[in-house]
Amino acid sequence: MKEFKILAVVAFFTLVTYWGVEPFAHSQMHKHVESNNFSYDGKADIEEASKAIEVAKNITDANKKAKVLDAANKKLADKKAFWAEVSQVSKLKGNAAAGEASFAACMACHNGSGANMGGVIPPKLDNAGSLYDKNYLIALIKDPAMASNVDHKYDNTMMHPMGTVKTMITAPQQIADVVEFIKTKKVVKLTPQVAFEDACGRCHANRYGNLTQLGTTPKFKTEQEALTHRVKVLDEQDKIKAYMGKLPPDLSIIDRARSANFMETFIQDPQSQLPGTSMPRVGLSKDGYAMVQAYLEKTGDPSKEARHALGPWVIVFFIIFTMLAYLWKKSQWKDLH
Amino acid sequence: MAHFDEKAKPFSNQWMNDRLAVDTVKKVLSTEYWIPKNINFLWAMGMILAATFGLLIVSGIFLVMYYQPDTKTAFDSVNYTIMTEVGYGWLWRHIHGVAASVVFLIIYIHMFTGIYYGSYKKGREMIWLTGMLLFVLFSAEAFSGYMLPWGQMSYWAGMVITNLFGGFTKDFLGGIGNIQALVEWIRGDYVPGQAFLSRFFMLHVFLLPLVIMGVIVLHFAALRIPHVNNQDGEEVDFEKSARLYKEGNKKESEVIPFNPVFLSKDIFVMGIYFVLFFYLVFYHFEFAMDPVNFDPADGLKTPAHIYPEWYFLWSYEILRPFPFNVGLVAFGFAQVAFFLLPFLDRSPNVAPANRRGLFGIWFWLMLIDMIVLTIMGKLPPEGVWNVIGFVAALTFIILFILLPFITKTEKKA
Amino acid sequence: MSSRRDFMGMALGGFAALGGIAALYAAKKTWDPLPSVKAGGFTTIDLSVAKENELVIEKWRGKPIFILKKSASMPKDNREIVIGGNRYLVAIGLCTHLGCIPAYLPNDLMFKCACHGGEFDSNGKQTFGPPPRPLDIPPFKINGTSLVLGETGPEYEKMLANKLTQSV
Repeated sequence: MKEFKILAVVAFFTLVTYWGVEPFAHSQMHKHVESNNFSYDGKADIEEASKAIEVAKNITDANKKAKVLDAANKKLADKKAFWAEVSQVSKLKGNAAAGEASFAACMACHNGSGANMGGVIPPKLDNAGSLYDKNYLIALIKDPAMASNVDHKYDNTMMHPMGTVKTMITAPQQIADVVEFIKTKKVVKLTPQVAFEDACGRCHANRYGNLTQLGTTPKFKTEQEALTHRVKVLDEQDKIKAYMGKLPPDLSIIDRARSANFMETFIQDPQSQLPGTSMPRVGLSKDGYAMVQAYLEKTGDPSKEARHALGPWVIVFFIIFTMLAYLWKKSQWKDLH
Repeated sequence: MAHFDEKAKPFSNQWMNDRLAVDTVKKVLSTEYWIPKNINFLWAMGMILAATFGLLIVSGIFLVMYYQPDTKTAFDSVNYTIMTEVGYGWLWRHIHGVAASVVFLIIYIHMFTGIYYGSYKKGREMIWLTGMLLFVLFSAEAFSGYMLPWGQMSYWAGMVITNLFGGFTKDFLGGIGNIQALVEWIRGDYVPGQAFLSRFFMLHVFLLPLVIMGVIVLHFAALRIPHVNNQDGEEVDFEKSARLYKEGNKKESEVIPFNPVFLSKDIFVMGIYFVLFFYLVFYHFEFAMDPVNFDPADGLKTPAHIYPEWYFLWSYEILRPFPFNVGLVAFGFAQVAFFLLPFLDRSPNVAPANRRGLFGIWFWLMLIDMIVLTIMGKLPPEGVWNVIGFVAALTFIILFILLPFITKTEKKA
Repeated sequence: MSSRRDFMGMALGGFAALGGIAALYAAKKTWDPLPSVKAGGFTTIDLSVAKENELVIEKWRGKPIFILKKSASMPKDNREIVIGGNRYLVAIGLCTHLGCIPAYLPNDLMFKCACHGGEFDSNGKQTFGPPPRPLDIPPFKINGTSLVLGETGPEYEKMLANKLTQSV
């Protein structure tokens, strides 16, 4: 029995140490952000704008304070008005047939030509209905910079690469129609890789998945062809770099580098985890994110299946080993006491 | 000229005895190597350490077959080649990573067992000193290994730790040890780079393991004459007990042979350990593989939090709450203090700490203080954490200063 | 007889130790930074070619170095380097927040970091956003009209002593 007491003491101190350096320390180092369950209602945006007002109130320089406070108040009002309008539009009943006509306007840029426009290649919209949330699409058409929560980068949100959509599709009913068209007609059975390429792949490479910003890297016969392609990729990356401030990171193994909570909340609102970041909100629906997540897990943690298949066998092996060892020990020690 | 039995068949027992004295060796090293009977499972930690070291070597051999010590390819050779392409590469990597972390847990249990039962005293000083030497070597081995995946934490831990060798700043006694060149000499560059990675690779896979194996042999040899301690610190008459055991009076004898009796208990404990160990390998390895290290090394981008692996945290926290110069002195003190334990403990008694009055309190305070230091070492150095860390670091130093005085008052039992 | 044997033993031992020390010296040299690495550690920059209010980006030890020649109207600062009556900002071009490379906006006389919106004035001091301290100044030594980065001159030591920058 004495041995059990000793074991309890050892286990207690081990577990306290573990708790301190793992769950507790990480809870102190990383702020926990609540998921908004993939609904895009501007709640986080409005909260952030309110917080900015609090920060502005603490500025000591009176002149500067007035200026910053003014801007912060205006931003809050803008955000509230914007998301209220989005909610209005979302209540309208859309007509997919009418939406198809307006959708033609989108095809000017979203045509799959793969040409960089204003810093990034416009995505093809063939899968948009399956990937993106309805409210987000409404917000995006109303004002892309506000919807993706990167309006802080622009004095005038028309400067956003997709800013002109604000003048092309304007009436609430028209927006509702286009979104209805996308949500009903641009629907496919998604695969993880396609979801990643559409939602993330135009800015983020995934080298373990053999993806660059220009998609899957083909096999080349000659070194020249390979180098030509490489130069094309570098050119594209330079444009993205100019647009985003730096090259967005390769996401091959991001699944291991960030927690599940970080990934899920970051994708819903990048500002919530990295204030000021130039990464736009992507507006993935819950199902769309599940597909992206599946792809990131595939490239980031490829051994998961093998691990779970082998684990029980190894553990059962050692349990049987331990039982046999116990019987051997008992036989060896039986005439000692 | 030795006498050979001409008629012995090759490789028969007699033939082998004539040439290698196998029976004598077996007797000396195993069947008549006597261990006290009065022990508990904590006495199995040595064998568990040996087994874990074996796991590290075996898994390391397979990893080194595909690892590339090149700053451009190191990260992907681990995270892509070994994890996706190499058959069971992921298994070797997880075993290696988890064992590297768990081996320190066992080392600390082994150390505190020694401290609790006074196993560093009265002829056992060399066991303690070689053990401490092994601790330092394992630390160096762990640190050099941590550099190899060349992730963000490898790079920045390498940067921060090698910076310590920059020594004292100029306002410390006129700059004793203020040698910036030493840092660059260790790194082979101004910042951690290719030279740094390849030399730590060499240290990790060759030089340090070689030295560790040598010192392990020395550590075992140091046990030979003073014998293993027991859970009451009794002085066992090994010769008498061994004679009793061999005569068949096993109940009266206070000893057991290493093989098979002691070993049977060791292996049973090892079995339980392996169940837990492989549970960690398959289902809970994240604690041994920091997420930050899955971002490739980037000298232009400092991670938000830089901290060493958990087993270095207590000594890191002794360094951190003080101004740089004072911190270095405290840090140096912490590294040496444990080595000196056999000489700081002035009591004539070898007994469990709980039966040694003030020393018992000292032991538990020290254990708790080191756990507090460990936890504070990981937390960001802000506000109340800083204060707690500072107090814990001071407590550590004060406890060691008090030790000779506390133990001096102890009366001979 | 025995003392002579001791002497011969000691002579051999001493001689062997001499060889050992020589070998240690070789080992020490092997660990030294390579000449190519050392050469890369010092960058000489000719400041006389810089134009006013035009950012020049050089490289030193893998880091971008900003050099900005200030025009007469730009504010004076205790972190600037004065050579031949001209005033320069020389700083490591990495945002002190998380290490992105800020861009220079010559019309606004400031640096802006695209990653997290940090801003620095033309003296490299943070004016907005998350950066915790001004842009770091690399160790430098003035040599005529040029600057040697990596060497420590008296002007740099003074800046360090006054805590105007931190050692990198």
